[in-house]
Amino acid sequence: MADNPQKPVAVTRPTSPHLTIYRWPVTMATSITHRITGTGLSVGAVILAWWLVSISNGPEGWQNFHAYSDTPIGLLVVLGLTWSLVYHFLNGVRHLAWDLGYGFEKNLAERNSMMILVASVVIAVALFALAWTGHGGYLR
Amino acid sequence: MNSAETPLHKVRGMGSSHSGTGHFWHERVSSVALIPLSLWFGYAMLGLAGTNEVTALQFLAHPWNAILMGAFVCFSLWHAYLGLQVVVDDYVHTAGAKIFLMLAIRFSVIAVTATCLFAIVRIAAL
Repeated sequence: MADNPQKPVAVTRPTSPHLTIYRWPVTMATSITHRITGTGLSVGAVILAWWLVSISNGPEGWQNFHAYSDTPIGLLVVLGLTWSLVYHFLNGVRHLAWDLGYGFEKNLAERNSMMILVASVVIAVALFALAWTGHGGYLR
Repeated sequence: MNSAETPLHKVRGMGSSHSGTGHFWHERVSSVALIPLSLWFGYAMLGLAGTNEVTALQFLAHPWNAILMGAFVCFSLWHAYLGLQVVVDDYVHTAGAKIFLMLAIRFSVIAVTATCLFAIVRIAAL
């Protein structure tokens, strides 16, 4: 049998959206960051459970928790979770605004993407600095 | 009522994915609830930073705070459950791994929620 002229040609063009080919718009970065922080916060929920259990175990439990949380790695985890919560909160509010039909204009979405990225870092560092410098603990 | 489905489509049985917009909607409902609860959680965490277990115990033993922490835990883990499902749906494409991960997520979320709630009740009862 002769070659089939109808034989499909292998298509090697990139499919869309192609992460390795497109230039990353900032909205793509904020989108994946929302997912990463959400997943991180899910792990943080386990730490919240651990913290609550440690409090319910009295002074020993508390000390046991702080033996981990007061280490440099522990503080880094707390800082990471603080930033994740602030970011996920701010970007989550933006998602709700999108659900209501607001804020889809390209320039606006790009601008507030940058604002959310910057603001989340500033707020997280500020919260950490407040706690670090003894301005937290007002429930004492 | 007449169906718009073609007979072929009916035979193939590739209809709805069963849950429609419910998942989307529950994600939004939990996120709206988490706006005030997260603000309260942040206020509580900063307020307890650098204190001791007596302060934390007394704070969480107060009925309002126990209720708010319980609500924060429940809505957070419900929201986490829905979000993690989407992550698995998007990135895991083999049936076995997907079922395993979905079950692992479901059981983990219930275990973490139950642990948190038990601890909160225990603190309030101390």
